Amino acid sequence: MNGFSFWTIWLRNGRVWKKNILSTLIGNLGQPLLFLLAMGYGLGRDMAPVVGLTYLQFIAPGLVASAVMYSAALETTYGSYTRLTVQKTYEAILMTPLGVVDLVLGEIVWGASKGMLAGVIMLLALPLFGVMPSPWVVALLPMLFLSGVFFSAFGLIMTALAKNYDFFNYFTSLVITPLFLFSGIFFPVQTMAPSVRGFLELLPLTPIVSLARILCYGRFGEPILLKILGSLLATGCAVWLAGYLLRRRLIQ
Amino acid sequence: MSSSRQFFLGEEQGIGYSGAMIQATSQQEPAPVRPGSQTVVSVTGLTKRFGERLAVDNISFAIQRGQCVGFLGPNGAGKTTCINMLLGLVEKSAGKIRIFDLEAPRFHREIKARIGVVPQADSLDPDLSVEENLRTYAGYFRIPRRLASQRVEELLHFFALHNRRDEIIEHLSGGQRRRLLLARALLNEPQLLILDEPTIGLDPQARHLIWERLAILQTQGTTMLLTSHYLDEVSRLSQQVLILDHGQVVVQGEPRQLITDMVGLEVFEVDGTAAELDALETSFRQCNATQERVGDKLYVYAREDCSRLVKVLGEAGSWVRRPANLEDLFIQLTGRSLRET
Repeated sequence: MNGFSFWTIWLRNGRVWKKNILSTLIGNLGQPLLFLLAMGYGLGRDMAPVVGLTYLQFIAPGLVASAVMYSAALETTYGSYTRLTVQKTYEAILMTPLGVVDLVLGEIVWGASKGMLAGVIMLLALPLFGVMPSPWVVALLPMLFLSGVFFSAFGLIMTALAKNYDFFNYFTSLVITPLFLFSGIFFPVQTMAPSVRGFLELLPLTPIVSLARILCYGRFGEPILLKILGSLLATGCAVWLAGYLLRRRLIQ
Repeated sequence: MSSSRQFFLGEEQGIGYSGAMIQATSQQEPAPVRPGSQTVVSVTGLTKRFGERLAVDNISFAIQRGQCVGFLGPNGAGKTTCINMLLGLVEKSAGKIRIFDLEAPRFHREIKARIGVVPQADSLDPDLSVEENLRTYAGYFRIPRRLASQRVEELLHFFALHNRRDEIIEHLSGGQRRRLLLARALLNEPQLLILDEPTIGLDPQARHLIWERLAILQTQGTTMLLTSHYLDEVSRLSQQVLILDHGQVVVQGEPRQLITDMVGLEVFEVDGTAAELDALETSFRQCNATQERVGDKLYVYAREDCSRLVKVLGEAGSWVRRPANLEDLFIQLTGRSLRET
C-alpha cells in the first residue's frame, strides 16, 4: 500500500459513473423518495404522532439512511461483481503497481461516496415534503459516510463470495430488505418488547437510523456515543473481512 | 533482424527455402548468458501446488535484457500459473523469483511499476473510450498528467488508433482492442513486457501489424516474455524458447539450434496408402532421418540432405518438403495427444 493510491480506482469509477449519471441517481433515489411519498404523506396524514413527530417527520431521517445503504450495497455487489468477472477490471488493476488493499479501499470508498451522495440528495429533498432539518444535520454527514463504508464493505464481502449474480438475491432478500423494514425506520424500536428491542438495536442500520433522527431534529433524548462506537467497530470488522475475502478470491 | 527471421518469413509463405539458409542459421551460437544486472528475470525452483495438483514443478529459468523468450506448452502445462506468479496474482508454494534484481513478491509494487502486461482476456474498460482507457490506466501508475497525455498521444499513433480515440470499446474490432491492450501495457515504458497470446483470434493483417510493432520494440531493447500457441509467431519474435509440459521445463534454448538438434533440417510430409508409405519408409532408411506414421501420413525428419531421395517421392501421391520448424519440435517433445483441461 502506498498512501492514497486507492484514489486512482475511485477516479476510475467516477469516470464511468459520470457517463450513466441519470440512471444511477434514479435507481438509487427512486425507492426512498417513493416510500417517503406513499408512507409519509399518504399513510401518515391520518396517523397519530409517533414519539412527538408526525409520521412523515418520523420516517424521513431513516429513509435518508436507507438511501445510503441501498446505494452503497448495490454498488459493491452488482457493480463490483461486474468489474471482478465480466469486465476483468480488477485483473487489469492488479497488473499495475496497485495491490488488493488499494483495490478494496478504492471500491469501498467509492461505494461509500455514492451512498453519501444519495443520502445528501435525500436530505436536500426533505424540505420539499415540509420536513425542515435542524443545523445538527451537518453532524449527520460523517455518520452517513461511515454507514456507506459499512454497507460497501458488506456488499464487497458478498461479491467475494458470489458465484453468480443470483447469489445477490440472498443478500437483498435476506439482508437488505429486512434491514430496511426492521431498523426502526417505520416504527420506533424503543417501544418494542425488551428482547425484540435488544435484537433490533444490534442490527447495523438501527443505530444510524436513530442517529439520523436525533441529528435531523436536534432532539438528544438517548445516548449517542455507544451507537457511534458500535458502528465504528462493525465497520472496521466489515472492511477487514472484505479485504481478507477479496484477497482470497483474487490471489490463488 | 537476423537471417533466421527472413528464413521464417519465407517458410510461412511456402517459398524461398534453401538449405544454405538453414546452415547459416544453424551455425549461429545461442545468445551468451550475460552476468549480473543483465538478468531481468531469474526464477529458481519455482513450484506451485493447488491442493494435490502440482501445477508448476520446480522450474528454473532466466531472461536476459533485450531478449524475447517464448514460453510454450500445451494447455494446462503451467504457463499461465507461472506468469501469474511473476505478477503476484498466484502465490508461489516454493522457489525464488527475482525481477530487476528485486525479490518477488516482497517488492511487487516496485516490480510491477516496471512491467507491462498484455493479458490473454480483454480487460479494457467497456464504458470508457479508447483515450479514457489509456488515461485511466496511466493513473494507476501515477504517471503525471502532462507526461501521460504525451505518452497516450504517442501510443495512439504508434498503434494506429488516433482516429478512434473517442470510440467506445464496444465499437472496436478485435485487432483494435488488441492494439489498445498493447498500448496500455506500454504506458509505463516497461522494461519487461509480458505478452499472453497477444494475437489470439486476429486476422493475418492485424497479426502482422502487431508483429511489426513488437519487432520495433525489440530493436529498442524491450525485454519480452511471450506465450503463444501460434508457433510461427514465437519463431518470428523469440531468440530463446522454453517449452513447459506437466509443470516442468522440457527444454530451453535457442529455437533454431533446438530444432536442428532435436528434429532435423527438413521435413517430408507424404500422403499415401499403407503400402506406398511402407515402401517409402524402407527407402528413407538410406538417409539419416527419423520417421513417424500418423494415420495415412508419413513424416520424415531428415537430419541430412536427403535430396537424392526426392525421385522416390515423385511416385507417391502427394508430398510436401519443408524446413523443420518449432511446431515439429513442440509435437516431438509434448506428443500428439489432445490436452483438455
